[in-house]
Amino acid sequence: MLDLRLYMLQRLSAMLMAPFVLVHLGVMIYAIQGGLSAGEILGRTRGSLPWFLFYGGFVAAASVHAAIGLRVIAAETLGLRGRALAVLTWGVGAVLLGLGMYAVFAVTVPA
Amino acid sequence: MTQEHDTLEVSVWRGDADRGQFETHRVPAYDNQTVLDVVSWIQQQVDPTLTYRFACRVGMCGSCAMTVNGTPRWTCRTHVNKVLKDGRLDIAPLRNLPVIKDLVTDMDPFFDKWIRAGGAHAPSASRHDPIVEISPQSEGRATADAGIECINCSVCYAACDTVSANPDYLGPAALQRAWTVVNDEKHGDRQAVLDTVSAAGGCHNCHSMGSCTMHCPNDLDPLGAILGLKRATARGVFKRRR
Repeated sequence: MLDLRLYMLQRLSAMLMAPFVLVHLGVMIYAIQGGLSAGEILGRTRGSLPWFLFYGGFVAAASVHAAIGLRVIAAETLGLRGRALAVLTWGVGAVLLGLGMYAVFAVTVPA
Repeated sequence: MTQEHDTLEVSVWRGDADRGQFETHRVPAYDNQTVLDVVSWIQQQVDPTLTYRFACRVGMCGSCAMTVNGTPRWTCRTHVNKVLKDGRLDIAPLRNLPVIKDLVTDMDPFFDKWIRAGGAHAPSASRHDPIVEISPQSEGRATADAGIECINCSVCYAACDTVSANPDYLGPAALQRAWTVVNDEKHGDRQAVLDTVSAAGGCHNCHSMGSCTMHCPNDLDPLGAILGLKRATARGVFKRRR
């Protein structure tokens, strides 16, 4: 069910997510100190390559990490194996990546 | 000193792979008595058809493991007074292995995985080569020594929830053997063992819950061995890319 490749992907994606989460929370708390409207936020993120790379990387890491984690849970608790397990893993990863990147594009692509 | 009038209430699993039930017996209680003594008393005094497995009775052979009051144990060295609950004993076959009859499980899956994990020795020299000197104090030898006292009783395998959830998982005993081999300088192909335990069903499926180490009757540390395999294989990923 888990081989070395999937194990490493899950660990490395977790290592990436740790700073992403901390920066995300830190910036969020810092940014709203003086009150910040949605328009002002979008004014800063739209057209910003660094924010696109930051949240794009975050979404990619989260998709990989969650897909592998759910794969293990599905295999061990629901008994899924073989093709069904592969479809679930890739499906979860694709849906999370799709939804996440949709949001990332929405806030970073210039209006 | 014998306590003639005291008895234990002992429920023993009777059945095969398809069905079965617990049968309850009253067994004389003694000051010094192992769980294996209790099972033997039932077989000798009450029901000669009760099937169970034992050989050495001194914790060497690893054949008498059973589930005692819900916990996997070597029964020959488990004193009744240490595991008795409200004067009762529930004795069942080991978990995670097919039941042949009563308290006897089919150990084939356990030993097959031991081999599948790369547990067999691969020689690195012939009898004509000089014997390589290996210091007992060397790090690899000390690590290998930590695992070689395994008696293959399958207590860790029965205690492992990951084995229950994932029958393909090699399990703690087989992986501990693999870690021993990986640290044995005289083994012919240690990288092959690391590759074997990196496949599906290998060491990376372990959730580090530690039931194996907690229940090992010989106080070995299969969890530590599995963590060693995880570290070695993860390091290998970066080394091979260079």
